Amino acid sequence: MNGVHDMGGLHGLGPVAPESDEPVFHADWEKRVLAMVIASPTRGNIDAGRHRRERIPGPDYLRISYYERWFEALTAMLVDSGAISAEELASGRADPAAPRATPRLRPGDVDATLSRHGSYLREGSAPAFKPGDAVRARNLNPLGHTRLPRYVRGQSGVVEFSHGAHVFPDTHAHGGGDDPRPLYTVRFTARELWGPDAAERDSISLDLWEPYLERA
Amino acid sequence: MPHDHHHDHDEHGQEPPSDIALRVKALESLLVEKGLVDPAALDAIVDRFEHKVGPRNGARVVARAWSDPTYRARLREDATAAIGELGYTGGQGEHMVAVENTPSVHNLVVCTLCSCYPWPVLGLPPVWYKSSPYRSRAVIDPRGVLAEFDVTLPAEVEVRVWDSTAEVRYLVIPERPSGTESLDQTALAALVTRNGMIGTARL
Repeated sequence: MNGVHDMGGLHGLGPVAPESDEPVFHADWEKRVLAMVIASPTRGNIDAGRHRRERIPGPDYLRISYYERWFEALTAMLVDSGAISAEELASGRADPAAPRATPRLRPGDVDATLSRHGSYLREGSAPAFKPGDAVRARNLNPLGHTRLPRYVRGQSGVVEFSHGAHVFPDTHAHGGGDDPRPLYTVRFTARELWGPDAAERDSISLDLWEPYLERA
Repeated sequence: MPHDHHHDHDEHGQEPPSDIALRVKALESLLVEKGLVDPAALDAIVDRFEHKVGPRNGARVVARAWSDPTYRARLREDATAAIGELGYTGGQGEHMVAVENTPSVHNLVVCTLCSCYPWPVLGLPPVWYKSSPYRSRAVIDPRGVLAEFDVTLPAEVEVRVWDSTAEVRYLVIPERPSGTESLDQTALAALVTRNGMIGTARL
């Protein structure tokens, strides 16, 4: 979807404001939001989580803080998945008739679970492109989740790395399974993306799945 | 109660909890009551990101790469495995790529679509990395963004921006500062900053 989250290349969003000696969290509630997102039963489909956050209405997305977005998306996913009901959310009390669950993450398992090394690499079709190939990002504007930013659509680049077939977010975010597709790192010159005023030697590389690309 | 950095109403040294703090607390109480989360597990997750996982991990990777050419070669060949050798594994580090700064190339990492960041080596991202200004401008005006971090690069230095649009995560290997030939890996790691490994600082 062409949401405000897809902000690469926009002007006017203000200066970057680095903070010296920045703490990991700025408030206790931020800690609890991060931890609940990781421990909740909605954890597991990273693409669905990203898509839920990008579906926060644009004006709200830009106004609220990062962890507020996480909280809004977590709450929505808990209700949508049936883990909690809208009535329980409104009242703050569990429905006494609802069965009690068992937490999926125990304190003693946190470090082992979070250190476990997963992979998004899957068995899939052989890659159509190889490093050095000239490719063009297709002009696609899907209403659902995609990881093809607007700023490269229609632009030409060169395949830099081939990563094998990875879980395809455009399908996976919508509950369609892994649908593995070949993934590449594609390098675009700054001038290709931004025109003749961009620095001559600079480049921008993105990780793009094969359905986003065509031979240039 | 949470004490955030907004001090507008801090007249008596105590702030009322914000609306978001109350809503988060209410949700946690509900999830605990329903048996969906264990509050002690939440504490353990917070402890992990506050105390166990952070940029010191990445600094050890960089110091090792500076000191050990065979490790550097492995890092270049398969960064996920080379970083795993030091025990840094887990979510948001499943597919690592190390990109090396040289006198003629400077690398800068961003996630324009959300906040992708290599957690096992750098921990959680700073606020500026997740902010709209950085996400929007790092790809179209990397030199302007770098100037806001007091980094000015000569025109002949090539800037390579890496937009983390998939599950590949990038770690910048900064240039080893001159005059550090006699330092051991512990002393070298102390020179490596988080921003250096994102690409918004030179060491």
